[in-house]
Amino acid sequence: MPNALKKLEQARQLLQPILNEGRSRMRLGHADADSVLGGGLLLGAVHEIFAGDAGASGFAACAAQRVSGTKKMLWIIQDFSTLEYGTPSPTGFAELGIDPTRFLLLRAANAEDALRAGVDALSCTGLGAVILEIVGNPKVLDLVASRRLVLAAQHKSVTVILLRQGAIAEPSAAQTRWQIRSHHSSATDDWGMPRFETELVRNRQGEIGHWVMEWSCDDGAFRKPDDQAAHFGLVVRTPADGSFAAAALAG
Amino acid sequence: MALWFARLPTDRLQRQRSPDDRPLVLSIKNNNARILYAVDRKAARLRLAPGMPLASARAMVRELNIVEADASADAKLLAAIADWCDRYTPFVSIDGIDGLLLDVTGATHLFGGETAMLETVRAAIARQGFTVRGAIAGTAAAARALARFTDATIAAPGAEAKAVALLPVAALNLDSVDTHALRRAGLKTVAQVASRARSELTARFSKEMVFKLDRALGLSEKPISPRRILPDYMAEHRFAEPVVVQDFIAGSILSLAESLCRVLEERGQGARKLEASFFRSDGVVNRIALDTARPLREPKIIARLFRERLDALSDPLDLGFGFDLIRLGALHAERLVPESVGLEARPDDDKEIAFLIDRLAARFGSHRILAFQPQDTHIPEAAGVAVPAQHAPETKLDWEPRIPGEAPQRPLRMLSQPEPIEVMAQIPDGPPLRFRWRRALHAVARAEGPERIAMEWWKNQKPQPTRDYYRVEDEMGRRFWLYRDGLYGRERFAPRWYVHGLFA
Repeated sequence: MPNALKKLEQARQLLQPILNEGRSRMRLGHADADSVLGGGLLLGAVHEIFAGDAGASGFAACAAQRVSGTKKMLWIIQDFSTLEYGTPSPTGFAELGIDPTRFLLLRAANAEDALRAGVDALSCTGLGAVILEIVGNPKVLDLVASRRLVLAAQHKSVTVILLRQGAIAEPSAAQTRWQIRSHHSSATDDWGMPRFETELVRNRQGEIGHWVMEWSCDDGAFRKPDDQAAHFGLVVRTPADGSFAAAALAG
Repeated sequence: MALWFARLPTDRLQRQRSPDDRPLVLSIKNNNARILYAVDRKAARLRLAPGMPLASARAMVRELNIVEADASADAKLLAAIADWCDRYTPFVSIDGIDGLLLDVTGATHLFGGETAMLETVRAAIARQGFTVRGAIAGTAAAARALARFTDATIAAPGAEAKAVALLPVAALNLDSVDTHALRRAGLKTVAQVASRARSELTARFSKEMVFKLDRALGLSEKPISPRRILPDYMAEHRFAEPVVVQDFIAGSILSLAESLCRVLEERGQGARKLEASFFRSDGVVNRIALDTARPLREPKIIARLFRERLDALSDPLDLGFGFDLIRLGALHAERLVPESVGLEARPDDDKEIAFLIDRLAARFGSHRILAFQPQDTHIPEAAGVAVPAQHAPETKLDWEPRIPGEAPQRPLRMLSQPEPIEVMAQIPDGPPLRFRWRRALHAVARAEGPERIAMEWWKNQKPQPTRDYYRVEDEMGRRFWLYRDGLYGRERFAPRWYVHGLFA
């Protein structure tokens, strides 16, 4: 049995480059993450993000923007999600450097409607990305449903970012699986650009990894946080007891 | 075409109940005495008439079936019959409490001519259990008069004056004072009234009366106002045998869409609002309406949108015994400018997006698929609104540009209702140091602000408290948008704090 599984795995790895030939990737902007991802986020695929907090929504929006270029994007959100976690706000998009007119918002009554809308939207070539926000672990989002999403995304090459709020990880057919939360800013006084602590926990075509990414609203890309700008090499809280020296030593 | 339901109130009851041998009368209270409101044929033969006191009626006829009159139920029934008549022509209007007016101009040939159409309509309604008389004439008033005072007649265009000549003056539909005055003046028939000089009549009665006279004579016409919105364009299929097969119905919608689009193309228009009406052979009409984001002229897309809408119906369309008429109308059409294909153009993207919006709106409702629009206000929750994508009005406003180099000043996710939080902060206007939200305690590592936003004092009667917004990062790196509601001391004694949004 294990032999057969090993053979299957080898066959899959042999075939994977052939399957992926011609499928492009979009660089996120963070060099290490991009190299692990094999060049960037695979377009026309499903990328699953488990949200630790509101930071994940920001990452989803920014990644969608990277992936879509000038095309429009659709954010599908359940009514419950808007009550519990807030609605995506156009001024928020604008502040992140994303044009709010490129976003369409679909408010779905429940997970089933959201999923159906997601699959339907993936047949629209005018879209660059679909952010499908699902709360919890609904029964409709099982392995079969996630495979259907993957096939639909491949069909017209629309990327899906499956944003899961308040959910626990379960088997899925997604290309990559992330756990993302907000990361604290550097120690300088600036209210810096948003930072995300991103953990790639599953990758169909490569390694996993753990990075802190910063989104540059001006450039519209992620980058490695420029901690050299901080005088202290380490991120410190308010150094009330004059432990600057200790911090400098550590950095 | 005018239809007159002579015994609508009693017919309504007799349709519902099991046959009763006794004559049926409806009574109504009038100044503390009960009088007859309506009588059925049997009662009429026994010389009972509306207006007669109930006591006299009971004295004259021993066995009477007396029921309370219900004018609103009669009105509802008349409205239902009017809707049913939609299958003959969409120009239907209600005439008084017991009549209908149908504008059949141009529709009579579909039924084999005026006589045949009148007979078809009369027979179909009579089959439903109603006593009905009808007439067709060039003007509504003439047809109405003929329906009420003669047997089924058709007045050829131009011959209305001759047809109504011998009718009593009551046929002019004037109020009772005027009718009485005409009779007293010795004018008993319409022809006698018509022979009088118009100036005399206007002086004695009113201009309105003369207008009505002219309309009855076929000399002028006041168009009827139809009950429903008339479609700009319409295509329909009538079936000799009612259809029940779903595929056939879907195919019918597609071919109707094709005919409709052909007509739209000739006029250079596209449909913005479509309605499909399904007429069941037993009288029930089901209507499905659709909106589109842009003028639409493609049959396959129209058929697909209706399929989505039908699938999404909570109660599937009840076929009954089948549909004998399916009509597809463009209730509202707009000019459709054909797009020229540029060299590097991607017009398909826009079209695909519009199709997507229409599909999603058809399935989930047009209020659920939204686009964002800027508003001219500095109040955070109103600065950008989500509007239905199909009806997004054109706007000249632009989004506030962000300041280059600055981190986001506005949260990505905004709570629709700011939630109250408990905050520890220095009074009068220190930034928050700690706060509790949804039972979790957050220690503030960094705070930026305050950004003072005063509410629009020119809009509200009551002065609204000023908000001081803070961008706050807690020890875990999560960023919140909090505000203090009201200036300490000046506006509120104990200002409250709220969380309004979450940053990326």
